[in-house]
Amino acid sequence: MDTATADAASPEIDTRPEAIRVAGLHKSFGDLEVLKGVSLTARQGDVVAIIGGSGSGKSTMLRCINFLETPSAGQIVIGGEEVAMRPDGSPANQKQIERIRTRLAMVFQQFNLWTHRTLLENVIEVPVHVLKTPRAEAEARARQLLERVGLAGREDTYPAYLSGGQQQRAAIARALAVDPSAMLFDEPTSALDPELVGEVLTVIRDLAAEGRTMLLVTHEMKFAREVANHVVYLYQGRIEEQGPPAEVFGNPQSERLKQFLSSVA
Amino acid sequence: MTGLLELLGLGASAELLSLSGWGGNLLRGLVNSLQIAFGAFGMGLVIGLFGAYGKLYGGKVTRDLLAIYTTVIRAVPELVLILILYYVGSDIINKISAAMGGGRVEINGVAAGIWVLGVVQGAYATEVLRGAIKAVPTGQIEAAKSYGMPAFMIMRRVTIPAMMSFAVPGLANLWLIATKDTALLAVVGFNELTLETRQAASSTRAYFTFFLAAGALYLMVTLCSGVVFARIEKWARRGQPSLKGGTA
Ligand SMILES: Nc1ncnc2c1ncn2[C@@H]1O[C@H](COP(=O)(O)OP(=O)(O)OP(=O)(O)O)[C@@H](O)[C@H]1O
Ligand SMILES: [Mg+2]
Repeated sequence: MDTATADAASPEIDTRPEAIRVAGLHKSFGDLEVLKGVSLTARQGDVVAIIGGSGSGKSTMLRCINFLETPSAGQIVIGGEEVAMRPDGSPANQKQIERIRTRLAMVFQQFNLWTHRTLLENVIEVPVHVLKTPRAEAEARARQLLERVGLAGREDTYPAYLSGGQQQRAAIARALAVDPSAMLFDEPTSALDPELVGEVLTVIRDLAAEGRTMLLVTHEMKFAREVANHVVYLYQGRIEEQGPPAEVFGNPQSERLKQFLSSVA
Repeated sequence: MTGLLELLGLGASAELLSLSGWGGNLLRGLVNSLQIAFGAFGMGLVIGLFGAYGKLYGGKVTRDLLAIYTTVIRAVPELVLILILYYVGSDIINKISAAMGGGRVEINGVAAGIWVLGVVQGAYATEVLRGAIKAVPTGQIEAAKSYGMPAFMIMRRVTIPAMMSFAVPGLANLWLIATKDTALLAVVGFNELTLETRQAASSTRAYFTFFLAAGALYLMVTLCSGVVFARIEKWARRGQPSLKGGTA
């Protein structure tokens, strides 16, 4: 499989607007080339699952999309707006990056909540200080969001006093608070004890069901198959195979994908 | 204090220490000392914050200059530094004044003391804050970045509050050093607590009384600071479960 773009839906023409388009993305750390020309398009409402072995470049790809990592080459278009890059891939316009980042909410493997702030403060931080939402409005919405992820009553608790699953759900509330046009999940359940994985997946499943655009790096194959409408298999910095979950999981073409799937099964 | 001294049969000492006499001088010296310590500590914090950020994120030249600054200041004995900085400082001010057609400038003792000790404190604060900033989990800064916070806002809203718990113990030490380093300013004739004490002692020959009183005053400052810093530390550590295991 060597198609240039990974249009998520069926062969007939898809008119949904593009949320994220990545074209020819390269990334090297020194001599180590981690991404070797990755192209991918997610349209509004797509749930794209990114799978692959450790070190295949999944996190790096996700992090290049919001410029936590500076791409070495390639093109990144968010909601139709191309990110201006210098020839070396570094962002040409920091203000543009900051604006685009507010539309791409990221959920991290290690939650990365701000530990000196309560859950409520974590959730209102970006709306109030970056997006300049009036505080009262931001707080009311934050309470709704915390309730939605099952954390009503914990608004004034500091993250360190919560379980990993609760922290990750709070991090998802923080992500929703910016009303993102797309969400980036980097192995949101990998740091969790097995019995806490379910509660976080439930929240993500609901978000998928309501039509949120998501890029989801995950090792939970069953979950990927269930919520994603497109699956991308990354192997050593290239997209080795991609397609609808039923095909990628049910009828894998490449030997490597077959091997990978049997190793994680 | 007076009652206690009376009780110990130190009535004469109590009289010597009366506020209208030498005791008042001592207290004025203490106020001067505290003013300088406070100013120098504050100046040190500002220098330290810039210094720490410069050392961590600055260009090569910035980092080299800061390395020279912190190394030299921490290597040379404070007393020597104070003499150098004091005389260099007043010399420069007088040269500038002369160049602009003015006469000799009377150097304000408090301002000079703050400048001299502030430069010294800045070097130590740079190291304390650099360590504290480095101890902030990178994930918290990445989260702030990924939500579109500009660099200065990240520093103000995330890095500084998050590093506080790591910085406060070191800063508390620096503050205590600042209060005691004010005594070194006696060498340049500044009327802080130690010089006042020496003058009172030599005028009255009551060395024991006055140096004991000065010692008590320094001790009091230290004890009060301890209380204040304990509170600050508690606040800075909000959100971190205590090592003994506490409640939310
Ligand atoms: N900041 C960095 N500096 C140098 N090398 C890096 C850096 N970040 C990642 N790498 C390397 O890039 C490669 C891809 O890493 P990446 O984190 O994207 O993998 P991944 O697919 O997310 O793996 P995992 O499933 O283990 O999270 C790895 O070999 C990793 O060592
Ligand atoms: Mg990863």
